[in-house]
Amino acid sequence: MSHAVHLAATGHAFLSPTGVEIAFLLVGVATLGAAVVTVTTKQLVHAALWLVVALGGLAVEYLLLTAEFIAWVQVLIYVGSVVVLLLFGLMLTRAPIGRSPDADSGNRPAALAVAVAAAGALVWVVVDAFRTTWIELDKGVQGSTAVSGESLFRHWVLPFEALSVLLLAALVGAIVLSRRHGHDSGRAAGHATRGNGAQSPGAQGPDAQSPGHGKEKR
Amino acid sequence: MHLAYPAVLAVLLFSTGLYGALARRNAILVLMSVELMLNAVNLNLVAFDVWLRDTLHAGQALTLFTIAIAAAEIGIGLAIVLLVYRNRGTSDIDRLRDLADPPSAGQHPMDDSMAPPTDNAADQARRARRQTA
Repeated sequence: MSHAVHLAATGHAFLSPTGVEIAFLLVGVATLGAAVVTVTTKQLVHAALWLVVALGGLAVEYLLLTAEFIAWVQVLIYVGSVVVLLLFGLMLTRAPIGRSPDADSGNRPAALAVAVAAAGALVWVVVDAFRTTWIELDKGVQGSTAVSGESLFRHWVLPFEALSVLLLAALVGAIVLSRRHGHDSGRAAGHATRGNGAQSPGAQGPDAQSPGHGKEKR
Repeated sequence: MHLAYPAVLAVLLFSTGLYGALARRNAILVLMSVELMLNAVNLNLVAFDVWLRDTLHAGQALTLFTIAIAAAEIGIGLAIVLLVYRNRGTSDIDRLRDLADPPSAGQHPMDDSMAPPTDNAADQARRARRQTA
């Protein structure tokens, strides 16, 4: 204990933060606030838009940690496509515009208790473990595109290829799930009454748009 | 930079996502909370990779893999949510109780909004609402 305190006092104290730390702290507060609004707001579309703020703030944090390639991938994939997909999903399931009072389920106090307990325990452990650990950000960039590409295609080629197979499987699965034809034949074999309901003009709206949605994914 | 800053931010983001995944009722909002949790893990991976100055860059490679898997997960998840909405007329996960335990005999039965959607009067009414909408 005394050794750790000694290290912290002689090395880098928490009370005299560097400029990078101040920037990280400010962006982190904004990111966390956006995340909290995302999970607590009653307006469903606003939740998706606040998620953009949280994910963009995380991209800035990656930049501050000198992992610039990850930061741009984060902007491209999360902010560019995942949030757009979520907004598509909200539209296709006809989420109400405006405040919806039943956005939170009944087990909200239990969820709050679990989350606060997890946050307390993990913050305690993490702060106790890494209080005196210092990241050297001055000794060169860790995640430039050249460095990341070289390590990815030299040491991680096989997982990379396996991942592309997984993405292909996910693409095929999403198309199969949202295809109209196989859905109807399976439905007619199983439940005749629901098959009639699915072919009604009221159900036409989300169905007609979903093949385009499946193509939108990649 | 102290390693405690990114680690604590990742912990708090993860807890926020955990709260959202447990407390939200709409399936798409639950997917958003899962994304928040995955991003917290990514921040941890990047921070520890930069701290350890790993020559293989395992942390950043794993971060890229996590981002790709999260994209696949959100695609499949939204396809499933849309299929459920098409079949049931709702994406409300509290109402999808086909796998839940039936209420025991002595217990007061659940109210109608929590009941599993079957071909009863309430479901017919919901389907009629969808047709008029």
